[in-house]
Amino acid sequence: MARKPAASKDAAEKRAAPNVSKDELLKFYRDMLLIRRFEEKAGQLYGMGLIGGFCHLYIGQEAVVVGLEAAAEEGDKRITSYRDHGHMLACGMDPGGVMAELTGREGGYSKGKGGSMHMFSKEKHFYGGHGIVAAQVPLGAGLAFADKYLENGRVTFTYFGDGAANQGQVYETYNMAELWDLPVVFVIENNQYAMGMSVKRSTKSTTFFGRGEAFGIPGEQVDGMDVLAVKAAGEKAVAHCRAGKGPYILEVMTYRYRGHSMSDPAKYRTREEVQKMRDERDAIESVRELLLQGKHASEDDLKAIDKEIKEIVNQAAEFSKESPEPSLDELWTDIYADDPATQNA
Amino acid sequence: MATEILMPALSPTMEEGTLAKWLKKEGDTVSAGDIIAEIETDKATMEFEAVDEGILGKILIAEGTQGVKVNTPIAVMIEEGESADDIGTSSAAPAASSDEPPAQKGKGENSKDEVGETTSAVANVKTPQPDRSPDWPEGTKMKTMTVREALREAMDEEMARDDTVFLMGEEVGEYQGAYKISQGLLDKYGPKRVVDTPISEIGFAGIGTGAAFGGLRPIVEFMTFNFAMQAIDHIINSAAKTLYMSGGQMGAPMVFRGPNGAAARVGAQHSQDYAAWYSAIPGLKVVMPYSAADAKGLMKTAIRDPNPVIFLENEVLYGRSFEVPDVEDFTIPFGKARIARQGKDVTIVSFGIGMSHALEAADKLAEEGIDAEVIDLRTLRPLDYDSIIESVQKTNRLVTVEEGFPVGSIGNHISAYVMENAFDYLDAPVINCTGKDVPMPYAANLEKHALTSAAEVIEAVKKVTYK
Repeated sequence: MARKPAASKDAAEKRAAPNVSKDELLKFYRDMLLIRRFEEKAGQLYGMGLIGGFCHLYIGQEAVVVGLEAAAEEGDKRITSYRDHGHMLACGMDPGGVMAELTGREGGYSKGKGGSMHMFSKEKHFYGGHGIVAAQVPLGAGLAFADKYLENGRVTFTYFGDGAANQGQVYETYNMAELWDLPVVFVIENNQYAMGMSVKRSTKSTTFFGRGEAFGIPGEQVDGMDVLAVKAAGEKAVAHCRAGKGPYILEVMTYRYRGHSMSDPAKYRTREEVQKMRDERDAIESVRELLLQGKHASEDDLKAIDKEIKEIVNQAAEFSKESPEPSLDELWTDIYADDPATQNA
Repeated sequence: MATEILMPALSPTMEEGTLAKWLKKEGDTVSAGDIIAEIETDKATMEFEAVDEGILGKILIAEGTQGVKVNTPIAVMIEEGESADDIGTSSAAPAASSDEPPAQKGKGENSKDEVGETTSAVANVKTPQPDRSPDWPEGTKMKTMTVREALREAMDEEMARDDTVFLMGEEVGEYQGAYKISQGLLDKYGPKRVVDTPISEIGFAGIGTGAAFGGLRPIVEFMTFNFAMQAIDHIINSAAKTLYMSGGQMGAPMVFRGPNGAAARVGAQHSQDYAAWYSAIPGLKVVMPYSAADAKGLMKTAIRDPNPVIFLENEVLYGRSFEVPDVEDFTIPFGKARIARQGKDVTIVSFGIGMSHALEAADKLAEEGIDAEVIDLRTLRPLDYDSIIESVQKTNRLVTVEEGFPVGSIGNHISAYVMENAFDYLDAPVINCTGKDVPMPYAANLEKHALTSAAEVIEAVKKVTYK
């Protein structure tokens, strides 16, 4: 049922002759680059004191969300934890709205009331943005419960990390999701560190994709630095869910280049380890090579895309600085869905 | 174009730090993501990465410098072809000279006075205007039913009315409900809408909340609220806060229900009243009915409410019979207390099972010539402050009755509110009758003493009326 990933050599060969259109490759490049540049800018704004609190960057993991979004259909849902900026950009949310939420401004997706960890978009079917590790797992299964109940054929992508994978509620959810055949893809983004705790130090059962087997949920491991492999695995998982066969687990092997949050002493791994991943496995570089090798794009074409993305990110940053802080009336709104004035204690 | 690199804030609280080490030197080419320096704060040493590519033109702050304020320029990046000599060092960012980054400063200044104003505006309800309209018109045909039947009938009617309403929980289906509240519902609505869950409180509370995000109207039954402590993260962090955190985009229209408080002789872990806990949370509505009519009318309102509602039932009350109006679609609004008994000498405020003690005490006090007014709050959030204030303005004395622990109780909150808003009307200090400040003991005699009682209420009333 559970299956190991293809050896990396096979994966490399697969990359050499990918079954993917030029347009799709260009889209992957653009979408991943947008996330990276956006996150770099967020890091910069944090350093300037414009973004406060906790800020968890997605740099290095871009291929995961971009690959899986390519397997999604309109109306499918997604939910994740607090490392959520990449998911929002990948599902088409506006970079300015996301950045303005990071700076706590009126123009942010939650009017500045959610922050980096708590953002939502009903329009894009993005259900957060949750700050409690693994809480999004049953919530995601609940979204799938609603879809099954409403018989609308939708699938929910429920993202969580290798750290969350050790939380008890994940297994309560696996049990019920399989029991009720819920259309949910559990995506474990295994970036190998839960804050500073490496997978090896947190469990002896290090193959997370196999942990669904006890409940009857099939799973597989995927190379998360290869956006094409992620997409292919995503399509398989989604097909399983949409066929009414219940949940599916994807353990996507990825790597975060930056710290857990902005305040990360980075003493739990070596600089060389990080540099090696960046040099040898970077997902954006891989797609760039594919584009150039396949003569789908010239250096100049890619430079033009880089420039365009930089411009989008700069505009988002400008918007996030110019958008005013929320009006003080906002303190008292959105507490209750009906007449807020009468509901506050 | 030359750009300044500023001393970064690397944690939510960092204001200054030590520039421990430069890992790049002047003239080095830097790409985005390269670690260029190590910065030490009181918490840790952290790596500082470049965000843009270029050449490190000039280092402005030497390594080893302590107390470098956030946003002070520490180096200048130049592009190829530029010379480091062109760089003036006088261009210290204005932010660096100030103690705080400008954005944060503005925030602090504004929020202080205006927030203060808003808070006091909420607290200062001077003239009470309680809703004293009858719950049902005079002459309405009544039927006798137990609280259990009333709750079942309410859920049944709402499930018939709205297809998105479903019930989930342990033993709600085939077992017909651990306390028989859901008896017959599985047969009527089938397993799609009456969902038996495994014993997984945090799991099914989370799934229920997610289903509410996804457009359904779940009723999540906890076999008792003691077990909801396993799930309280979803009740509070997921269900209650999402509407606010999403800027009003999505929330959790749902009901969490089940028996709450002490039953009889089940010991400390199965005997706790959570009224005060949940009532402390903005975003939740909290209901705790006493009578069958209230149980029915409030349950129907709870299921229709677009917010998460905590519905606290009581095992001891399930089998008690009351008169319930025999009308179609009978509902009771939230935030409207019920004057269970009119009186002029003292106000007794209670809710849920506490009402038994309050009413019994009032009967006995009447025999002694003390005329007590008894208010059943019914909903704890929103709370009908106006009914309490109006009554206190009349009686000038107040006793609260509840089963929960004394510290941070509903009675404590009401006392504070009354002191703030009707201090001049009080002729005696308010007394809170509560459960004792002990885990619930098992022994019959100890358990009895751990709970509050009519006798305690009578004693409290005599104290505040100086009798």
